[in-house]
Formats: sequence, structure tokens, C-alpha cells
Amino acid sequence: MLNELDPASHWLAGQVAGIHLFTVAGGLAIGAAAVLLYHSIGRIAGISGIFFTGMREGGSWRWLFLGGIVLGAWLGAQLFPTLNIVSRPNPGFWILAVSGLLVGWGTRLGGGCTSGHGVCGLGRLSLRSLVAVLVFMAAGIFTASLLRHWLGVPA
Amino acid sequence: MKANLSALAAGLLFGLGLMLSGMSNPGEVLSFLDWSGVWSPDLIGVLGSAVLVSVIGFRLARRKARPWFAAEFPALPRKAIDRPLLVGNLLFGLGWGLAGYCPGPALAGLALGNDEVLVFLVAMLGGGVLQQALARKRNDL
Repeated sequence: MLNELDPASHWLAGQVAGIHLFTVAGGLAIGAAAVLLYHSIGRIAGISGIFFTGMREGGSWRWLFLGGIVLGAWLGAQLFPTLNIVSRPNPGFWILAVSGLLVGWGTRLGGGCTSGHGVCGLGRLSLRSLVAVLVFMAAGIFTASLLRHWLGVPA
Repeated sequence: MKANLSALAAGLLFGLGLMLSGMSNPGEVLSFLDWSGVWSPDLIGVLGSAVLVSVIGFRLARRKARPWFAAEFPALPRKAIDRPLLVGNLLFGLGWGLAGYCPGPALAGLALGNDEVLVFLVAMLGGGVLQQALARKRNDL
């Protein structure tokens, strides 16, 4: 049956089959977390926004949410230790530092990150967030596919 | 109290999801962003399943007068698609593709014995604080 598909559909079917069960389960949990935060206290689960607003204005719910992320990841690593891997070499101090600066600056200027614009903005069908996601995806693909190799970052 | 507990529970679920989905592994993120090597669709699988749940959840919230443990849903300002949005997300994406970290996964990395996130998080804090200081200075002028 699969052989009767045209090459494009064949490729697509292969990619979809390649998405792992944990990937989907984890994604559903992330979506559920965003929905829980909104239904319970009416807040958008945008991690960069919560982080930087928390630095400026405080708010116990913000620190509990961020602390929960750290704790939840720790819990996941205890339950499934084999999933806790870093499958790329350490890119070194300067790449990490420049990357952090750009992410901090960019998410403040652009009003969100993968969680705020991605999970929540797309969920709210915001056109602004859709544009944001397309821009940061394209820029991320450019750096990872080309710039990183030009700079000689170990891959 | 209930509001704080819900925020903690939402954070727990979020962190667990990041870890299970593989997004706390910057190598997994880069295997989606890097089209020059072996490509993995997992990141789209994670974002897609998360958005599927959040579309339904945000739609259901429209029928509610107020959240369970707060007085009201804060009004979300309607803003235009402007230059800061485009430039900001461009810079964010450039940084994301360099090391494979965005804010959530880097935060999760703190619990995973992954020391390199410390450099990233401190720099991210610095970048955000600088941007906000500059924005305030411009507003004051």
C-alpha cells in the first residue's frame, strides 16, 4: 500500500511514523500545562515573559511555575533516566553566551518565545504569534543549518 | 493558595512534558533545525500536539466568565505586526539555532545535571535585562 503512494506522500508517511510516542505524549503534557495555567489563574504560559516579569515585579505564582518546570523535568529524568541525554557536543562558552544573549534580547523585544508565541499564541489563533513562529523558525533553521557550520561549531 | 498550587502544577506538567518529549535535549532541537544533516521531525510533533491541546483549551475558556482562582481573564492587548516583533523573533531564532536552547528547555536543563545551561541562562538574563533597560531609556527620552 505504501509503495503505491507518490514519492512526496511516501516521504511524509515516513516522517510521521518517525515521530516517537514520547514526543507526542510530552507535547500533549505541555499543551495541557498551558491550558491549566489559563483556566486556573488566567495567565499565559510564556516562559520568557514570566521569567523577566518575575525578575521585575515578583509574584509567587511566577516563581512556583518556573520552579515547577525544573522539578517536573527532574521528575521525568527519575522516571525515564534513559531519555535524559544531551546528544550533541558542548558548543563551548562563547557560543552558549552569545546564544543566551540573543535569546534574552530577542524574546524581550519580540514579546515571547516558543511557549508564549508557539504553544499559547498559536493556540489562541493569534496572527501575530504565527508570524513570530515563522520568523524564529526560519532564523533558527538558518543558524543551525548554515551559520553554525560556517563558525565551525562542533556538530 | 489554590492559585499558587495551580501554577506549581502547571509548571510540573510543563517540565515533565519538555523532558519526555526530548525538547530538553538541545541535540534533539538541533536535529530539527539543522537541515544539513540527519533531519528529525520530532519538534514539529511536540509543537503540533501541544497546540492541538491548547487550541481546544483556549476555545473552551471563551465560555468561562472568569478563571477558577482569579477575578478575571486579563485583557490581552491587540498589537500590530510591527518591527520589534519581526526583529525580536529574528534575533531569538538566530540564538536558538546556535546552541539549541530556548528559555523553557534551558530552565529544565538545571535539573538534568546539564551544567552548560548555566552559561546560557546567565547570558539570557543579561540580554533580556539590557533590552528592557534600553527600551525604558528610549521611552524616557
